[in-house]
Amino acid sequence: MPQTFAEKIFSRKAGRPVAAGEIVVLEPDRLLSHDNTAAIAATFGEFGLERIVDPDKAVIVLDHCVPAATEKYAQNHLEIRKFVEANDIEHFFDVGEGVCHQVFAEQGFALPGELVLGADSHTTTYGALGAFAAGIGRTEMAALYATGELWLRCPESLRLEVTGEFGADVYPKDLVLYIIGDQGADGALYRSVEFAGPTVAATSPSGRMTLCNMAAEMGAKNAYVAPDEKTRAFLAGRARRTFDEVLPDDGAAYERTLSYDVAGLEPRVACPHTVDNVVPVGEAAGTRVDQIVVGTCTNGRIDDLVVAANILRNRRVAPAVRVLVFPASRATYLEALGIGALATLAAAGCIIMNPGCGPCLGAHEGILAAGEVCLSTANRNFRGRMGSTEAEVYLCSPATAAASALHGRITDPRTVRA
Amino acid sequence: MIKGKVWKYGDDVNTDVIFPGRYTYTVTDPGEIASHALEDLDPAFAKNVKPGDVVVAGKNFGCGSSREQAALCLKYAGVAAVVAASFARIFFRNAINAGLPTVAAPEAIPHINAGDEITVDFQVGELTAADGSSYKFTALPPEVIGILEAGGLVPYVKKELANK
Repeated sequence: MPQTFAEKIFSRKAGRPVAAGEIVVLEPDRLLSHDNTAAIAATFGEFGLERIVDPDKAVIVLDHCVPAATEKYAQNHLEIRKFVEANDIEHFFDVGEGVCHQVFAEQGFALPGELVLGADSHTTTYGALGAFAAGIGRTEMAALYATGELWLRCPESLRLEVTGEFGADVYPKDLVLYIIGDQGADGALYRSVEFAGPTVAATSPSGRMTLCNMAAEMGAKNAYVAPDEKTRAFLAGRARRTFDEVLPDDGAAYERTLSYDVAGLEPRVACPHTVDNVVPVGEAAGTRVDQIVVGTCTNGRIDDLVVAANILRNRRVAPAVRVLVFPASRATYLEALGIGALATLAAAGCIIMNPGCGPCLGAHEGILAAGEVCLSTANRNFRGRMGSTEAEVYLCSPATAAASALHGRITDPRTVRA
Repeated sequence: MIKGKVWKYGDDVNTDVIFPGRYTYTVTDPGEIASHALEDLDPAFAKNVKPGDVVVAGKNFGCGSSREQAALCLKYAGVAAVVAASFARIFFRNAINAGLPTVAAPEAIPHINAGDEITVDFQVGELTAADGSSYKFTALPPEVIGILEAGGLVPYVKKELANK
């Protein structure tokens, strides 16, 4: 019986055929957590075990509030470092290495055919490299530390076939915002989303990560792009071990197959306060913005920073707008530094911040006051997420963010050619 | 079987309004977690909710972040069950793992109003609205019932470890 990617990987891990809808108990290959590891460790402590079952599976990246903004955050980080030491967790990335999803991928932990569970909703990102990767809760992570296994429901699958060539200044972020606007915040609820078709095949691993990251915003359990030459090239020299690619079978049963053509697609903006409130950039153009964020696990990679730098080269950001740039990782930071992108951005008036989540989830480094408007390359714009519940957050691509920085107003990047 | 007073909300109630991100790393006491429940959606909720009350909402309840406090704050506030047209998947998992029963009953939602008293029978898989109309819902799978019966994932894992 032909299987979807989800069914195939569940079957492989379970050692028997598993169909969509079945609940099985599986042992994941990698476990991701971040600043929430202290809470996980506290729950793990309730089990009365001395150590976690398989420390090599655990990957811990401090990113949500780095460096610590307050004493409470500092204490939280301290408890995590103690837990890491007590359990001999080797794959620990302390303050300064970057956003967990970028670090996890860059460091070669996200591998085709592997099962990754992460205590973060954007764990879906690793599907861009052919892994089955899903977000779970903290208690579940504590249970995994204790037993190494967890119940999982094999999801039904949705196939998104994308064709056409992106126009100038239009990016995978615009495509995925368009899809989310079209399908709604629950358009892929509990589903495995397989991105396929020639446009996805032509998209870089970075762009694929943007697609899979944002799939969480339509409710997906996981997202997936079939591994190919681009995947293997990205993993060359990074992969922590050899891997076995898992591809869906021809003729597999998809709940729905949807087709999108990016030819003629315009840049998109998600308006407050939901990610599926998406309009063509022209409809939001002119909206005054107080702060712009370029970064996060969605769009803080080197290609994103280069797009922004190209638009802002030898130009100045508008005086009334704060433009915060967060390279997604130390490696991204160094690469952007090496090619001069950070200098270009700083010269244009951007503030170069440290790798990490920044203000994306409202912890620090750019919190919004009541009445303020932020345009961000992140993945969420919920009310109150970045500070005041009276603030507004719009989401867009790095190109739209950079173009808007020039005017302090939401701007169609096609009107501000690099 | 539970019988409780209804707090009714709409579609796509997200985890940021159920339990704001600004508290996720700074608030750990169960009572304090409960005091922020639904703070950015309905500031009256945490002050007035009574043990045994039921939260009823539209589709995609609990969308957004994986933060477990979104389920815990309702559990700690004494909510007996969440009834919705559908649930976001991580919230669904977190609720089960917190020992907070979830009921997906899309047909029932339009017939339930704020302040109603509704009855939910988990054994039979039936919800009865205040107007007397009743709605079948799919009972949860046995693996999940086991966790709910143990009172959540932590007691369940403790039991499993003790049996090993």
